[in-house]
Amino acid sequence: MSFPWANEYKPSHPFMQWMDEKLPLPRLVYNAIGAGYPVPRNINYWWNFGILALVCLVLQIVTGIVLAMHYAPNALVAFNSTEHIMRDVNWGWLLRYAHANGASAFFVVIYIHIFRGFFYGSYKAPREMVWLLGVVIFLLMMATAFMGYVLPWGQMSFWGAKVITGLFGAIPLVGEPIQIWLLGGFSPDNAALNRFFSLHYLLPFVIVGVVVLHIWALHIPGSSNPTGVEVKTESDTIPFYPYFIAKDGWALGAFLFLYCAVVFFGPNMLGHPDNYIPANPMSTPAHIVPEWYFWPFYAILRAFTSDFFFIPAKLMGVLAMFGAILVWFFLPWLDRSPIRSGHYRPLFRKFFWFGLIPTMAVLFYCGGAPAEEPFVMLSQIASLYYFAHFLIILPIVSSIERPAPLPFSITEAVLGKDANAAPGKAD
Amino acid sequence: MSQEPGIGTSQEITGEQAAGDGVRRRDFINIAAISVASVGAATVLFPLISQMSPSADVLAESSTEVDVSQIQPGQAIKAVFRKQPVFIRNLTTHEIAEANKVDANTLRDPQTLAERTKEGHENWLITMGVCTHLGCVPLGAGEGEVKGEFGGYFCPCHGSHYDTAARIRKGPAPTNLEVPEYAFLTDAVVKIG
Repeated sequence: MSFPWANEYKPSHPFMQWMDEKLPLPRLVYNAIGAGYPVPRNINYWWNFGILALVCLVLQIVTGIVLAMHYAPNALVAFNSTEHIMRDVNWGWLLRYAHANGASAFFVVIYIHIFRGFFYGSYKAPREMVWLLGVVIFLLMMATAFMGYVLPWGQMSFWGAKVITGLFGAIPLVGEPIQIWLLGGFSPDNAALNRFFSLHYLLPFVIVGVVVLHIWALHIPGSSNPTGVEVKTESDTIPFYPYFIAKDGWALGAFLFLYCAVVFFGPNMLGHPDNYIPANPMSTPAHIVPEWYFWPFYAILRAFTSDFFFIPAKLMGVLAMFGAILVWFFLPWLDRSPIRSGHYRPLFRKFFWFGLIPTMAVLFYCGGAPAEEPFVMLSQIASLYYFAHFLIILPIVSSIERPAPLPFSITEAVLGKDANAAPGKAD
Repeated sequence: MSQEPGIGTSQEITGEQAAGDGVRRRDFINIAAISVASVGAATVLFPLISQMSPSADVLAESSTEVDVSQIQPGQAIKAVFRKQPVFIRNLTTHEIAEANKVDANTLRDPQTLAERTKEGHENWLITMGVCTHLGCVPLGAGEGEVKGEFGGYFCPCHGSHYDTAARIRKGPAPTNLEVPEYAFLTDAVVKIG
């Protein structure tokens, strides 16, 4: 599952040789994230975000397991147990802020990781499966994050649960029974809180499983790179260890620096004050919005304000919101250009930087803004472009575009065409 | 391994940059980076371990005040201290005499009754109701409960017998019932903890 010139694992210590015969776990690690995994020599800082996402996942699992030691998933005491964590538990405030902001950090990292994929065409053959598994991970993350936000049982928790499960109520005929089934009642209460806690604890481990598949699928063709040109010879790659471990370490340091700055100096910056009010089924907060990482999709949900032919506006919004992510599953077949990297696709690049990125920015902003003009109108225009980008623009661009000339190889892209600069002739 | 020069693996860098004594210049940055990471990891580990220690609300319950004015000689009550039973027993003169009759040096955990009570309140035997063997609650404090062969307490779990000074006399328990820290605030109120 790697290039023929990959370093072979040769344990020197007798114990490691014995271990390699009985359980070749060190060999697996060596070949996956050690010197046995050759990586394109030209990958840039955008390629650090996979490891950062993995670190975020581990961070969330560790802090989450610890928080579950103190949290009580019962509607009577959930809010108080959260306050107990904040006030009484040793370092509880730190652990909870690390977990809550860890979710935000995870989404920052994952959005960059996804948009890296959009720009550099990481979803294209032979890496379609890597991409598809990645979209599955993103969906699982959204479900996990949503259910986690319900657990403190504050006002935003409660009304978030009510609104999001209400989405299922939009399904014709069976919608309402499904919503009641999901909640185990007519409104979020103890039954819903308990199952959300159970699933919030389970899903991260499901994510771990899909991440293993994601990395496995990635390591068959090997990592992509900024030129999009496939690895041809040994001079195109360098071993993951020590080179990219060191680079990932640097990126991790930078990431932790920013993350800690938020955890220690602005832990409530991304939260909502209303969630420090205990859940009250009798009163909805004046301005109810989901967490920031759901804003683009929330904006698409709210963009549908009138019935569309025979489809009610409510159902249309729900379909569009889910469709906005489901369309990613078809991306490898919608973008048919054989050129992967946006660097060599002048037309694609224009639509990426001046179409998709501003659209996402508008959707982000409108999703967090109140449901009034001009934000509704802006969301509608942005939603229209969003779907047009994937369903119309990408297929057309990939068929009419005249790509820029590709470098012959990764080595050439790095060292230039000068034959004297090629490795092996350096001296 | 057909790695060519100029690309370099770690082994080759060792060869290229090794000084006479085998120390590389890069060793410094390696050691510095790993040291910083280790200090960081230890710092992270501290709250993760510390969070399992008793929280502030548990520690806030670590003293309790009990009114003992209604306990007649020969009676005992069970109070709660740190979520565990405390036996507060008003000894009769007969029980005091029984306890003092024994030579403390012959006991498994040598202590006299005077050492286990407060001066001026020698009739008040205040001990944890937790058997020192494996933590069961011994019988003998409640009305009509078995007091064991020595008239004090008897642990039904594994058969430890305590005398009227709650000292271990027979059975597997290693030490006498623990005397918690306490003080008489007045003659009627005792503060435990």
